[in-house]
Amino acid sequence: MVAMEYEPDAQGQESYILCADCGTVISSANGAGLCVGCLRNTVDITEGIPKEAALNFCRGCERFLSPPNSWVTVQPESRELLAICLKKIARPLMKVRLIDASFIWTEPHSRRIKIKITIQKEVLANTVLQQTFELLLVVHTGQCPACTRLAAKNTWKASVQVRQKVTHKRTFLWLEQLILKHNAHKDTISITEKRDGLDFFYTERNMAIKMVEFLTGVVPIRIKASEQLISSDTHSNTSNYKFTYSVEIVPVCKDDLVCLPKTQAKSWGNISQLTICSRVGNTIHLLDPMTLQQTDVTAPVYWRNPFESLTTVADLVEFIVLDVEPSGPVRGKYVLADAQVTRASSSGNNTDDDGMGDDGIYHTRTHLGGILQPGDTVLGYHLTNTNFNHNAFEALDQGRIPDVILVKKTYPNRRRKSRPRNWKLKSIAKEAEDVQEGGNTVGRGALGRRGGVDQKNVERDYELFLRDLEEDKEMRAAINLYKAEHPPAPGAADEDVGMGGESKKSGSGLKGGKRRNGKQASAAAGMDVDEDMVPAQPSQEAEGMEADDEEDDDEEEDFPEIDMDELLEQFDEMDMEDEGVAAGPEGSQVA
Amino acid sequence: MAVRAQFENSTDIGVFSKLTNAYCLTALASSTNFYSVFEAELDGVIPIVHTTIGGTRIVGRLTAGNRHGLLVPSSTTDQELQHLRNALPPAVAIQRVEERLSALGNVIACNDYVALVHPDIDRETEEIIADTLKVEVFRQTVASNVLVGSYCALSNQGGLVHPKTSRSELDELSSLLQVPLVAGTVNRGSEVIGAGLVVNDWCAFTGLDTTATEVSVIEATFHLQGQTSAAVITEMRDSLIDNYA
Repeated sequence: MVAMEYEPDAQGQESYILCADCGTVISSANGAGLCVGCLRNTVDITEGIPKEAALNFCRGCERFLSPPNSWVTVQPESRELLAICLKKIARPLMKVRLIDASFIWTEPHSRRIKIKITIQKEVLANTVLQQTFELLLVVHTGQCPACTRLAAKNTWKASVQVRQKVTHKRTFLWLEQLILKHNAHKDTISITEKRDGLDFFYTERNMAIKMVEFLTGVVPIRIKASEQLISSDTHSNTSNYKFTYSVEIVPVCKDDLVCLPKTQAKSWGNISQLTICSRVGNTIHLLDPMTLQQTDVTAPVYWRNPFESLTTVADLVEFIVLDVEPSGPVRGKYVLADAQVTRASSSGNNTDDDGMGDDGIYHTRTHLGGILQPGDTVLGYHLTNTNFNHNAFEALDQGRIPDVILVKKTYPNRRRKSRPRNWKLKSIAKEAEDVQEGGNTVGRGALGRRGGVDQKNVERDYELFLRDLEEDKEMRAAINLYKAEHPPAPGAADEDVGMGGESKKSGSGLKGGKRRNGKQASAAAGMDVDEDMVPAQPSQEAEGMEADDEEDDDEEEDFPEIDMDELLEQFDEMDMEDEGVAAGPEGSQVA
Repeated sequence: MAVRAQFENSTDIGVFSKLTNAYCLTALASSTNFYSVFEAELDGVIPIVHTTIGGTRIVGRLTAGNRHGLLVPSSTTDQELQHLRNALPPAVAIQRVEERLSALGNVIACNDYVALVHPDIDRETEEIIADTLKVEVFRQTVASNVLVGSYCALSNQGGLVHPKTSRSELDELSSLLQVPLVAGTVNRGSEVIGAGLVVNDWCAFTGLDTTATEVSVIEATFHLQGQTSAAVITEMRDSLIDNYA
């Protein structure tokens, strides 16, 4: 049987008392014994919450200080500004429940922001009061640290000065690509081009140190750190320094000919004194092309006894291979071979120019036996008709100096065709063309590959750098190549870049397409028209070129094409790019 | 008359005093201010006794009593008992109670005829209450609170109970007590009536925080308004005339 319980009716469940203050009849449910009005008069739940606060606002960049130390750009009466304002009273607000907050319109010039805030709080036992109050924020104008530094012309705290005392810019072009691939420039606030190198500026010392360490990993360098005292506070015992890291990259580049002092050559595995620099990673790789003997020179070892290049890439001369005969020894990709070459430019009467009285055919020993075929064009140093002012070289036994040292194979026929590249590289700097359109031609391009003192040299260096990339797969692997969306119009970007001292007519074969974006093609074409039109070439010459190309088409099958697979998409979204660096700094090279 | 008082900055005067129609107990304080308030009202009418109970000052919460008797807890010392015996009128019976719920003031609410007690109180205690105080004893709660002594104040004229006491419960309690009951507060909204208010048939003392509204409720409830002897006679005469007219 179910027990019946007495349940009083709902009317009987209620109880009424008089409000303790005003005597109104109220339900006793609120537990305070007071009516709502009296309770509100008695208890101020906004107690302890400041009704006035200050907002910091930077006059220079028009940003608000978002505590503790970030400066953000916010629209007036935006959610973000409301968040910043509420942060000002965040701690007292912890004790109450925030129900609503909204702006009350104020005249912007009054520098006052008013916010209406509704809060709830439990007063006494299970009695929740809701109250609305106004928060007045006074906008204090000032300068954010960034603007202060800018105003004080004191924008950087640490700088890295990277220098390489050579005549070309290829190292820096390569370095730019490495920096981009590894995203090493992300903290850099400014990059300026200086004579023989670049300056990187940083807001913090550790960022500069990071950059220096990155450079140590990729190139053989020498570092010198220095600091300049800007100010010091004797009371707090703190001082303000500017730090400068001077980084000097070894002046020996890839494909340079090096003549080592005799003692040094002996100590490095008794290598021949006359070597070529086959590769520069974070060490210098020297190769004796006569014996395939190799040695690595680390940066500390190099700087203990620095040596200069005997001659550099600019002095390379084209030769035609007449005959190649491998002579046996093989080391890695290098195959030792005996080669017969003749100068490409010395047709007919030029033989006499050599002043040698011979037939213009040179016998030499080369490490390129694996890739050279009779008829190929190859670049080399022509030592017999070159004068060097170098002690170690003069000390060499003259009979042991080869006439010619071959360095690398080239593909002149392929180059002559000025075909557009299907790939391009990113740049830290703005595109040169962009600035050109703006009419400002001074100091374009952070890495000086466009502009600088003599733009022509820089453009030539860049073109040579692109060719190096095309011809060296190992080198390509260390950097990011991107698909070119708009292949440039073939004729528009035709520009001849010649090697160093040679004239354009010498047919160096170093003729190639300069990459242009379709957008800028018209402007570029306008510029190029002048060059092309001055000789007023008749159209038949152009046709002749075409024919020439066609007959060469089946030549140079071994030209190292770049697979589309190697190229990356999304050239424009460089900032969004994921820097999943697969290749370590060890695998990288310097031209 | 309802008089406001405070005990050493505390407004819970019901904790530190016990008022009945035959005597008044007050706690020993560092000054006599508290005592003086009682003395001003009651001097010469009933004895006012300074005492401790078991060495503590919370005499109001530890004792229960009415005009017939006084119940003290087991913690009361012999010396205190002797002092009370000497100070109180001979007609008042004093009884020490061996009760687990030793705060007798909290568990017993009584006037001279009826007592409400904590539902869990001992049967023996219940008998002692009935015998000593000469009351009818009811085990009850007030607004679901078992500490009936804390949450109500009773006199022979009326009673003030916890503010959340529902109307049906009020009806039930007043039919047991045979006096009108009112739900209310003391000390500006405090619901512990017993702690904030001591009352007998002609005067009441409340905490200093008690508002005018609460005082007026108290005076109306306990019929304290103009309760001088002349006023009583006038009232009686009026009603007699009213009856026989």
